[in-house]
Amino acid sequence: MIVFTTILDVVIGGLIMGGIYALIAVGLSLQYGVGRVLNVSHGEFIMIGAFATWSLYTLLGVSPLVSLIICGPVLFVIGFLIHRTLFQYLRGQSESIGAFADSSLLASFGLLFIIQNVALLIWKADIRGYSYLNSSVSILGAIFAANRLVALLFAVVISLVFYFFLTRTRLGKGIRAAAEDPVTAQVMGVNIHRVLAICFGLGALMAGFAGPLISMIYEIQPTMGLEYTVIAIIVVVLGGLGSITGSLIGGFILGLIGSIVTYFDPGLSLVAYYIIFILLLLIRPTGILGKG
Amino acid sequence: MRILEGKNVTKHFGGLAAVHQVDFDIHQGEVVGLIGPNGAGKTTLFNLISGSLPTTGGEIKYKGKKITGLKPHQICRKGVARTFQSAKLFAGMTVFENALAASLFGTKRAISVPDAEREAIELLDFVELSTVGTMLAKDLPIANRKRLEVARALATKPDLLMFDEVMAGLNPAEVAQAMELITKIRNKGMTIFMIEHVMKAIMSVCDRIVVLHHGSKIAEGTPEEIATSRTVIEVYLGE
Amino acid sequence: MDLVGVIFKRPFSLGYLFLALILFATIPLYVQPYFVILLTTVFMYIIITVSWTIFSGPTRYISLASAAFFGVGVYTSALIGKTFPLPVVILAGSLISFILALFIGLLTLRLRGMYFIIFTFSISELMRNFLLWWETTMTGTVGRWVVMVEHVTVYYVILVILVLALLTAYLIRRSRFGLALKSIGEQEEAATHIGINATVVKTITFAISAFFMGATGAIMATKWKYIDPRIAFDPLLSFMPVLMAIFGGTGQLFGPVFGAAVLAYLEEILTTKFPYYYMLLFGSILIVVILFLPHGMVGLVQKWRKGGSKRQNANS
Repeated sequence: MIVFTTILDVVIGGLIMGGIYALIAVGLSLQYGVGRVLNVSHGEFIMIGAFATWSLYTLLGVSPLVSLIICGPVLFVIGFLIHRTLFQYLRGQSESIGAFADSSLLASFGLLFIIQNVALLIWKADIRGYSYLNSSVSILGAIFAANRLVALLFAVVISLVFYFFLTRTRLGKGIRAAAEDPVTAQVMGVNIHRVLAICFGLGALMAGFAGPLISMIYEIQPTMGLEYTVIAIIVVVLGGLGSITGSLIGGFILGLIGSIVTYFDPGLSLVAYYIIFILLLLIRPTGILGKG
Repeated sequence: MRILEGKNVTKHFGGLAAVHQVDFDIHQGEVVGLIGPNGAGKTTLFNLISGSLPTTGGEIKYKGKKITGLKPHQICRKGVARTFQSAKLFAGMTVFENALAASLFGTKRAISVPDAEREAIELLDFVELSTVGTMLAKDLPIANRKRLEVARALATKPDLLMFDEVMAGLNPAEVAQAMELITKIRNKGMTIFMIEHVMKAIMSVCDRIVVLHHGSKIAEGTPEEIATSRTVIEVYLGE
Repeated sequence: MDLVGVIFKRPFSLGYLFLALILFATIPLYVQPYFVILLTTVFMYIIITVSWTIFSGPTRYISLASAAFFGVGVYTSALIGKTFPLPVVILAGSLISFILALFIGLLTLRLRGMYFIIFTFSISELMRNFLLWWETTMTGTVGRWVVMVEHVTVYYVILVILVLALLTAYLIRRSRFGLALKSIGEQEEAATHIGINATVVKTITFAISAFFMGATGAIMATKWKYIDPRIAFDPLLSFMPVLMAIFGGTGQLFGPVFGAAVLAYLEEILTTKFPYYYMLLFGSILIVVILFLPHGMVGLVQKWRKGGSKRQNANS
């Protein structure tokens, strides 16, 4: 018989994972849907955020929540610059959208190797962790670490704020409009290069927020990036390519599924994700809310 | 003989009917034009016939046999060839290779490479592209691109040839040359179904014209009938 | 004699090939075992890269399933290596990979572009994670021991596979099949409209490339002796051939050979002393090549030579 607290455990655990998944998926979705780059080094940005937080905490005692506010913007700037230089140069060079999609994917592979190995050189390959806000909180009988709940809170708040920014504010709507119809936007005087780079940077911003949150809850390793990139891709496809809302919802759905599977057998969660993903690609590649 | 027949051909994209219950009949040896304002569904209809897109409803028959549901390569091998609105050439391959590929694969009967090469050379001659055989397709100017598209379609030894705006982007001199080419092809006994916006060409070259608007057939007849049809004139003036 | 010209313009003129073959066939007789083992690894990468290029080169469908096919070969070796002779093991590994590729191909070659890339990657990762779970949960052991084979034998087997792979790549490239592949890569819709059955052509080619990867996996397992899902289905095995082929250039057959040879050699000598530097280097090389050398190294040399002969003609 499954106890209520177990269910609560699984559900809230799923929401915690889901919050993080939603965050990283929204980031990737912006980079792909708008910047038109499938950035496979997304996970590496997350990893850098996580490790910077670790270093700041263990060396200088800086709270991860403060690191979050630092890492986010810093990675935003880095992402912006990378897009403005590397990817826009590639776009100019490419004969077609298809060619650009391929070459930008490959370039982001190069970035993956570079970033991951720089991290390996700095922090070595060991698993790291730290404890912060470890005290237990009891909700309706189920026990959670405070840091997990704080992470969930931050993930949800950031996602919502971001969602509102993109859909309700003038700047946000302007960015999305420019991304959807760059030609018209340019004609209307929008600096499309800057807008696309901003979107890419916003994706890195999400990574910069997710990294510190992840480091609060889990142990981290310089090789952790790829797994998160893959999860982000799965969520983006699940939610529907091009839909921010889809990525948000998809993140929570996948998190819940992950939590349920982990309850039965932790080793199977990735397997489950991949099976879902493969079925999705074969049966409904446009995802839940996708435009196809 | 009816070489191509369509009954109630329909194509829906989501809620939108791009082609709606269109009937058509093309007899062997005819040159039939397909006109209509932009977005009328002309290219979609071609896509349905050539197998690029599946139909939502209706039936298409070629030489009496049903071809709806077949894949493009199967339809091609039965003898239906087409060109594309935005010449879909094999850009990184030479002009000769473009034609050669079509000669090699376009027919049901197996063909040896030397024979296919010979045919490709003859065809390039026919469309007057022999001088640029070794040029890469992407380096061709637009008129020659269209010629290459035609050559490639011819290489598959079709009985029915479908041209999708083969004269788009050509200057008046080139349009005249294109019309000559079409006449040459027709004189070889092939049936032609062509989408065109260049009215002068359509009117002078076609035996019959079919008019589409918003996915439906609104008129059909000889060039004179179409030119004087109130329905057609309204549709075009209204755009 | 213009040596560079000879090497890059016609590396496969029969005389040189024959000499090269004799050289490599007899090398174990007069070099250190270390060098034979090094050559084995380099040849492994060349085979995988050349096989990858057989499909992904002309069709431009970037496949990241190489690890899956290689891993199938590895596991076949681990599972049946004790009960069957080596040739059977290798053939089995190749055939199972071939069939797997046929299956994947028929399922998924309607997926284009990004979807195809992600899908092929997912297949490799699914297999890796599934086997990891299976081995830990069901079988209780994670790694497996493979019947050991003498390193010179391994070398010769790899050499044979390499020759076969190169021969296949060459024949495909020069045949009408190769022309069909190129057409599909250039403009798939037009290709189907001139009578090419794209699904069949793509699937068969994909399977052929998997065949050689499976064979290579099967023999390399015997060299490594110990294998587990992480080794067998290492995602790097999917990334490396892409990197090597792009570095060398996919236009000519020699491109992937050159790219794989150079980068594999670099990896071997850097791995021991500077393990993280070599991946850093590779990432940078990849970006540089994508930005400035779209046709890879071979393309660069060809352009340079064309410029050179133009200059010569202008001066004469």
